[in-house]
Amino acid sequence: MTETSILMEVKNVFKAFGEDWEREKVVENLNLDIKRNQLTAIVGPSGCGKSTVVNLLAGFESPDSGQIMMEGGAVSGPSKDRLVVFQETALMPWLTTYQNVTFGPKLRGDMPARSLKEAADRIIDTVGLREFKDKYPLQLSGGMQRRAELARALINQPLVMIMDEPFRGLDAMTRQLMQEFYLRLCEEEARTNVFVTSELEEAIILADSLVVLSNRPTTVREVIQIDLPRPRNLNMLSSPEAYDYKRHAMEMLHEEALKSFSGTESGSDFLKSYAQQP
Amino acid sequence: MSDRDVATQGPSGLSLFLYKTKKSFGTPMPYLAFVGIGLWLFTYWLLNEQLKISPFNKIPGPAEVLTEWFSQDPIWGTSLFTEDYWQNIKASCLRILIAFSLATGLGVPLGLFMGWSKKFKDYTFPVLELLRPIPILAWVPLSIVMFQSFEAPILFLATLASFFVTTLNTMLGVQSIDESYFRAAGCLGSKRRHVFIHVVLPGSLPFVFTGLQISIGVAWFSLVAAEMISGEFGLGYMINASYMVNKYVTMVMAMLTLGFVGWITSAMVRAAGSQMMQWREKALGQGGA
Ligand SMILES: Nc1ncnc2c1ncn2[C@@H]1O[C@H](COP(=O)(O)OP(=O)(O)OP(=O)(O)O)[C@@H](O)[C@H]1O
Ligand SMILES: [Mg+2]
Repeated sequence: MTETSILMEVKNVFKAFGEDWEREKVVENLNLDIKRNQLTAIVGPSGCGKSTVVNLLAGFESPDSGQIMMEGGAVSGPSKDRLVVFQETALMPWLTTYQNVTFGPKLRGDMPARSLKEAADRIIDTVGLREFKDKYPLQLSGGMQRRAELARALINQPLVMIMDEPFRGLDAMTRQLMQEFYLRLCEEEARTNVFVTSELEEAIILADSLVVLSNRPTTVREVIQIDLPRPRNLNMLSSPEAYDYKRHAMEMLHEEALKSFSGTESGSDFLKSYAQQP
Repeated sequence: MSDRDVATQGPSGLSLFLYKTKKSFGTPMPYLAFVGIGLWLFTYWLLNEQLKISPFNKIPGPAEVLTEWFSQDPIWGTSLFTEDYWQNIKASCLRILIAFSLATGLGVPLGLFMGWSKKFKDYTFPVLELLRPIPILAWVPLSIVMFQSFEAPILFLATLASFFVTTLNTMLGVQSIDESYFRAAGCLGSKRRHVFIHVVLPGSLPFVFTGLQISIGVAWFSLVAAEMISGEFGLGYMINASYMVNKYVTMVMAMLTLGFVGWITSAMVRAAGSQMMQWREKALGQGGA
């Protein structure tokens, strides 16, 4: 049995953007535990503030009030212990796949050259990019770029991997392949993961615990433990248990998503027509 | 190096250039360029030497200029075979080399720092923005007062014009770098100086080289203007000097020479750019300069 004590703790976090007279609350009263060796999936309606939560967890932004703790200390800036895989690809276009993957360890100088090369080759193999290790990011397909970025994060052995909609923008087929690949990766070796997505099915199949966020200002609406057996595969999505999780979470997400339409005239029209659907 | 590395490495240097040149003759590009130049020459000839339409008949025609240019015994005293022609080209090129190197050597680092450090920009940008709009010709008297010689004012003017362009473009280049690269570098554990070397510098290169292309053009512009006003040798001097004594053929020759030399220098800047940005070159699948 792997250890699942709490690694990160989000306590009463509040975050707003903009000038005083047009202050927009984005995160309010957010409380969240990230457990060790678990995949915590975070879903929420589009634009609710998911990326903001990621930036807070990573330390790119600091909360206006509240605290983000990691192993007892407050998070105060980015660190290689909390690596982020970004929504848009952030591979350095001027470095080859291999140079991108070794970027972190090389700069920090915390790995001897020999073992770095071995580790990089191994990880590039794992993500299936051996043939492409000397290619530049712009020469890779979208799916390959995502895998290269995974490799660049994995080699640093972060305490937690934070993924912000990593498979968004991939075509359906590639997306499915990436989900299967990522599932296998997570099940092979215990890792602590925060996986942000707006795709519910993706969240359910990957997650140990599923956090449903409310609309803006975002807060945790419910945390659902996903007890599907492991190892998992995408077929399990059609099981009755998965269906129940999905229906339950979907209801909440719909409610939350619709909130962003209420208040405007066209929005209420939309709501009416939506309500008439079977 | 493993076998794979060797296999993925294509030709380089001269053989790559020859390969690309050969390949380009398989495309319409060079032929269209020839046709374009031919058409232009033909129109020029038609208007000037054939139909003699005003105002085109007031300038020397293409045949006249070309004959003079390639003549061993030029009527007006200057051709490909006379010493002074090459001396003028050499003088201008040398000045451009010095001015452009100075402007690049000062402008690129300055622009990088301005884009990188908000504080540094707050100090320097207002000064730059105040001086930059002053047309380069307005600096001429001042430069003559400052440097009591022929050479230095010319260099100063060309450097100054080119420096402004390079600095501004470099700064914009740094500002154009996507925030996500800084964030990625940050969480991978980069220190501030790492970020400068590994993100700011390579990330701004596309803008820097666009800037350098413009800046070498601006350098030529101000150089020729300066040479025409106060000069000893140089293509601008050649234009002005032949104008003064009604040697219009020589004047047109100098103008066309400027076109050629300017084209070559910007091609060189472009080539240096693609050399330094292989990642872009490969992805775009572009040829050389
Ligand atoms: N740096 C910032 N400055 C001002 N406003 C911001 C900033 N970052 C985010 N916001 C605002 O916060 C809100 C939430 O943005 P965020 O990107 O976190 O949402 P998201 O859930 O990730 O959206 P998406 O589904 O499109 O990825 C938006 O209204 C955005 O305008
Ligand atoms: Mg987002």
